[in-house]
Parts: sequence; structure tokens; C-alpha cells
Amino acid sequence: MINEFTIRIAGEAGQGMQTIGELLCRVFKKSGLGIFSNQDYMSRVRGGNNFFQLRVSIKPVFTLREKADIIVALDQKSHGLHKAGLKDGGIIILDKKKFNISENDNTFFDAPLYETAINSGGSDIFINTVSCGIVTAITNMEFACLSQAIKDIFADKGADIIEKNIAAAKAGYDFANASYKKEKLKLNAPPLKSTLLMNGNQAIALGAIRAGCKFYSAYPMTPSTSIMDTVAHYAKEFNIVVEQAEDEIAAINMIIGASYAGARSMSATSGGGFALMVEGISLAAMTETPIVVVDAQRPAPATGFPTRTESADLDFLISAGHGEFARVVYAPGTIEEAFYLTIKAFNIAEKYQIPVLIMTDQHLADSERNIEPFDLDKVRAQRYIISKEDSRNITGYKRYQLTESGVSPRAIPSWIEDAIYADSDEHSEEGHIVEDGATRIKMVEKRLYKKMAGLVKEIEKPAAYNLEKADNVLLGFGSTYGVLKEACETLGESFGFAHLSQVWPFPSEEISLLFKDKKNIITVENNASGQLARLLMRETGIKVNNSILRFDGRPFNLDDLVKRIKG
Amino acid sequence: MDINEFKSNDGITWCPGCGDFGILTALKKALVILDRKPKDILLVSGIGQAAKLPHYIRCNCFNGLHGRALPVAAAAKIANRALTVIVTTGDGDCYGEGGNHLIHNIRRNVDMTVIVHNNQIYGLTKGQASPTTDLGYQTKVQAGGVILEPMHPLEMAIALGCGFVARSYSADSGHLSGMIVEGIKHKGFSLIDVLQPCVTFNKKNNYQWYGKRVYKIDSSSYNPGDKMAAYQKAQEWEEKIPLGIIYKQEKETYEEKSGLNQKKPLVEETVEGVDIHNVLAEFV
Repeated sequence: MINEFTIRIAGEAGQGMQTIGELLCRVFKKSGLGIFSNQDYMSRVRGGNNFFQLRVSIKPVFTLREKADIIVALDQKSHGLHKAGLKDGGIIILDKKKFNISENDNTFFDAPLYETAINSGGSDIFINTVSCGIVTAITNMEFACLSQAIKDIFADKGADIIEKNIAAAKAGYDFANASYKKEKLKLNAPPLKSTLLMNGNQAIALGAIRAGCKFYSAYPMTPSTSIMDTVAHYAKEFNIVVEQAEDEIAAINMIIGASYAGARSMSATSGGGFALMVEGISLAAMTETPIVVVDAQRPAPATGFPTRTESADLDFLISAGHGEFARVVYAPGTIEEAFYLTIKAFNIAEKYQIPVLIMTDQHLADSERNIEPFDLDKVRAQRYIISKEDSRNITGYKRYQLTESGVSPRAIPSWIEDAIYADSDEHSEEGHIVEDGATRIKMVEKRLYKKMAGLVKEIEKPAAYNLEKADNVLLGFGSTYGVLKEACETLGESFGFAHLSQVWPFPSEEISLLFKDKKNIITVENNASGQLARLLMRETGIKVNNSILRFDGRPFNLDDLVKRIKG
Repeated sequence: MDINEFKSNDGITWCPGCGDFGILTALKKALVILDRKPKDILLVSGIGQAAKLPHYIRCNCFNGLHGRALPVAAAAKIANRALTVIVTTGDGDCYGEGGNHLIHNIRRNVDMTVIVHNNQIYGLTKGQASPTTDLGYQTKVQAGGVILEPMHPLEMAIALGCGFVARSYSADSGHLSGMIVEGIKHKGFSLIDVLQPCVTFNKKNNYQWYGKRVYKIDSSSYNPGDKMAAYQKAQEWEEKIPLGIIYKQEKETYEEKSGLNQKKPLVEETVEGVDIHNVLAEFV
């Protein structure tokens, strides 16, 4: 009896690993299993070596495993490159004849992928669906699930394409059923209830749509681009304008312009593009214009690893922008959190008239998991402007009127009779340029102290697991949530964790309470300098005992983290 | 609409005699002629002396970052088409720092009017060369004289297919207000380059220098729809400088091409309760 297995599909860019991944995800999801998938790809359109990894389990899963039970090698190089990633007793599916491999290895399951593809579909491009058929058979799944998945995925490609793919998949399926002699990988469990299958970027895009985002401007940058793709896909239906800007500076200034005019606005980028936006972050703060910006991080400095993962922009995001002002930085840990926190980001940005940043990374952006359906009542979009109706009665309007909360009622240009002045210079309550120190002090207090005092009350509480009993406490932020959770479950009672989905304002009070009397605190971070450990020290005085860091551009996985914790 | 409707109480900080005063007067006149209410006008600016202008007129104003007025303006118009969007910018702001935005907003062709206060010098930073400073002109920084080829904004705009390209002169506020009226009436991106003497830092291109050279294009004999003729006209500089509409072509605007003008303005859309059930169903 097994409870889970991992499949890795490897080949050159352009061989359709993504299609296989999508098909298999649907097969296992339809069969009521828990899945977690991730892509490891190079920054190129053709060639190289990419792989898609899929973990399948009888229960919901939140992270990857180090080694695979099944490796599908789509090209000659892949079996050699990935052999070390095979679990004891695992198999490698490959086409020995096509790849000119004469050696015999008891891990090999030799399958004529190319010949079968040509015979069944008419072209070797069908090796990916042939492979899906083989995997479906070896994992004891129903063929009907695969044929349905093909129909879903190729729905807009026409009947001929669907037919050929089904034929190729069936040929692979039949071949494996006839030739595979080892024991099949069978997972037996009551099916999980109906779930959604999506990745972190899609969850952010859906959150934005739900939050009433009406203007989205960005410059394409991996790994953020699929947020723009997803919003653009639904733009017409929801009357959203998606405008590809000439650069990230234009993108952030455009969302500021649209937001000043009254439309909820957003952008997303990665670290390099965010660096270009930094002056705009400061502008949003000074003009008190609400905006939401996503930094889907990738390894840096400079161009770094364009398609890989890292969370090294923490220091950068909490201080990005010259000068001092209030901002919020969220760091969602799961796909669900990415959805809910995006909605909250729009609400908080508008309520406090500030820039709100969402930091994710390639791992969260691209990983797919099947999740429970969203609770649409959990976080609801709320507006914080003077309504059109109320605007009729406004006279003597001051855009930057000094108030107890630091937040001035926000009117929309053309809705009120008065003119609305917004300025990047230091300004009076009316929005005109000033030079005097007394006004300056009041405005700094407004934008910094007063708004921060309100924001502290709206902090997203850290997630806490087994902290009452645990002697050893792990701490992370962002995409490490899943691996922290499963590592603690694996390590047993003496381990617990806290996870921050908001890193600014820092949840100092909450963390100090949770970590009271804890002796062994370890941060787990996808960066090289332990930025979270430093931030914790700075904000709470708590010194960690250790930081487990990973900065090879790859995400933590369960086995690797557990091994490193055990030392 | 009375011109006093546009009166701002903010104190003007330009140098006495500055060419910017003529632009301010001309803009107010144009807004009166067009009969637009202050609440329906949005002036967007970046940084520089030109960028202060919105404070001196009573209407909506967004005074943003250096070089970044155009993206703010384009998006504000996209969000709320009821606004008449005008950018007041300078040669440093628009042709230097924000050059990339000029190129791409001409391509974008959102309905807005850009008035460039082109004094061929940096005023606010005290006298360095701008992208349009004449060759050889000496400044503290360009001590040996400017060696970079001046930028030719009108030629560039024509080459990019800008639908409305005009030049005017701040000392002739009658002509200038006419150009602004035409620019605002034109559907799409309008560029008005305004010769604007800097009385403090530009010792060459002063009232006298411009006064001797400028002449008004004879609209009875000149066809601004002829792109090649316009391109030639735009190149006249050292001896004689033409004022008027250099190039004009009706083109589909961003709002038309995107289908935006068939839909509810973004600012009027409801934010609460957006129904995403159909979208979520695609992820089941």
C-alpha cells in the first residue's frame, strides 16, 4: 500500500512537458487525488532540459518531494540527467531505440514512444500524449479520465486534434497495460471533495478581478507574466483594461493615473522590473494614490535566473521607495492566500490610500495544487471613496485634509464640482506646493505615523502550527508555507512553525507572543543572507538559533528540508 | 464659461517675464473658448517650471514625477473618458527624461493634448543643456558648447504618425490659444511644441531671436495632411520658424480601437460583488 508518488517528465523546451503536466494533473484530480505540481524550466523557447514534477497523494499535498517514482524521459539526455532524482525501486520510461540506448537497467521501462506516436497520431509531436497514456496505465487510473482531460485541454483546437491525441494516448495506455510487468502504483482512498486546480498567479489574477480591479498595466516579466495573461483573458467580460506598457516605469505611472481617476488598478513584475517602479511607489505614497503591485520574485541580482525561484527581495520591498511612508507588504504562503490577500490588498490600498505590495516567487507563481473552492464571503471588496451620489454635496474640498486617522476623504475628479489637486511635491491640505516646515511635519505624520497606526490593527495574523507543544520552531514567509507544514508533520510533536503572510507592517506583537519562551527558533528562507531572521531581530529583538537557507534557484522540498533540520 | 472660473489662488513662482505666463494665459483662453468646466479638465504634469502650471489654474491636477506625466495622463483618460486631459510639460521633462513615454503614447493615441514648454534649456536645475538646446550653446556643464545633435520633436512625432503636430509661440497667446483649441478638439494624441523664451538661462533663444524668425503658416496654401510636406516644414529652423498646424491626420484613437468608448467608463464600474462564479467553474 502506498499513499503517494511523484512523477517527473523531462525533455527539451518545446516538447510539450507543460501539456503532459496539465493532462496528468487533470487525470489525478478527476480521480479525487491530492496533487502538487511544479515546473523547472530554462530561460529559452527551444532545447535545453526542462522538467515538470507532479506529486500525487491520497490527501491534499502542499510541497514537492526530492525524488520521483516515475521519470518520463522525452529526449536522449533526460534519463542520464535525472537518474539521480529517481527513488529506489522507481522506473524511467524511455524510448531506447529512438535514443540509441543499448545498456540495460532494471529501472528502465522501454516504450516505443516515437513509433507509437507516429502510428497512432501521425506525427512524433504526439509523444507527449503517448507518455500520458503510459503513466495513466502504470498508475492504475481510468482511461476515461485521460480522454476527458484531452477533450478539455484541446477544446478549442478542433475535433481532429482531439481525436488524434486520444488515439495516441490510448495506444500508450494499451502498450503499458500489455507490457508493464512490475506492480502498478495504486493509490486507494475515498476521493477528495470537489476542488479547483490553479497556480499562484492565476489565484492573484482571480483575486484582482473579484476585487474590482479595472485597470492593469505591466511589462511582461517572468515569472509574473501569467497574471497579466489571466487578467487579459477575462478582461472583456469584466470591463478591465489591460495595457502592456512600454516599460515598468510607464506601468506604475499608468496605474497611478488610472487610480487617481478612480479605477482600481494593479501591476505585476519581477525584481528587476520592480526596481524600475520604485520611484513610482514613492509617488503613490506621496500623492496618496492607492495601487497594488505584485513582485513575483526570481533569483537576482540583475537578470539572475529568469525562470527560477528565490525570496531575496524582502529587505528591498519593505523599504522600496525614497523617503518614509506607510505601505503594506503581503507574502502569501498558499494559492488560497494569494487569492484572499489580493482582495485584501485592494481594500487596504484604497482604505489607507497607499501602495500595497504582494511578494510571491516563481515557486508560488507556477506551482499548481488542487485547492478547496474559495469562500467568496471571506474577504469582500469594499470601496473607500466618496460615492458619486455623495459627491454632489461636496464643497471646499481638500484632497489632503488633515484627519485623526491620517486618511483624507477621497473624491473622484469630475464627480465633485471642486478641482482636485494631487502633488508629488510636499503640499498643503489643498494639494498645492509648500515649503514650510510646519506643514511638512503634519504631512509626514499623516503619511507615516497615522496611517501606520491604523495598518497595525489590520495585520494579517501569522499562521501557527503546534506552537504550544513544540520546543523547536520554524519560521518562514511566502512560498515556504507548504514545506514548513509538511516538514513539521513529518518531524513530529517537538516541531512547530509560524508563517508570515504579511511581512510589513511586521507582526511584532503576534510573533513575540507566539515565540515567548521558545528556545530553538529556525528561519527557513529562499535567500542567502537570512533576511527574515534579521528583520525579526530588528522588529522584536528575537534572535534566531539558525537559518536554513536555500539559494540555488530551486524551492525547498520536503525531504531536503527535513534532512537539513535533522542535520 | 468665465475666465475667472479658472482663477487659482496659488502664488506663481516663475521668473518675471518668463515665457510660461503666455502659455498660462493662452490655456485659460482656450478652456473658455471650449466651454469646459474646471471639474471636467485634468491637467497632468511632471517636474520643471512647466510642470508647475496646473497649480495656477483652477481645475483637476496631477503633478507627478519627472518625465512621467504622459503615462499618468493616458491612464487617467482611459479610466474616465469624461475628463479633458491636458499635459503641461517641458523639453527636459517630455523630450529627455520621459522620451520613451512620448514615443509610445504617440503610438497609443489616447485622446489627450500635450503642451511642451520648449525653452531649449533646463530652468529648474539652473541652465544645463536640454535635448533641444542648439549646437554649440555653452553652459556650465556643456562648457565647450553643446555637441549633441538637438532632438527634433516635430519631425519625430510626424515620423511616428502623430495625428496632430503643431508649433506655437508663447509671446503670441492668441495664436497659441488657437492651437490649444485645435489640439483639444482633435481626437487622439496632440502634440503642441511651444517656443518659450527662458529669460534667465537661455541667452540665445530669447524673445528677440524667436521674434525675428517666427512666421505663421498660410493655411490657404499649406496642406497639413501631406506627410512629406509636413516633414519638410518641420525641419525649418535657423532662418525661419513656422508656427501653426504642421501635420494633422484623423486616426482611430485608443478608445475607439480598444472598444473602450462602447463600454461603461471604468470609474463608473462597481467594485463590490463582482461575480466570478463562471470563471471559477473553468478551474474545477
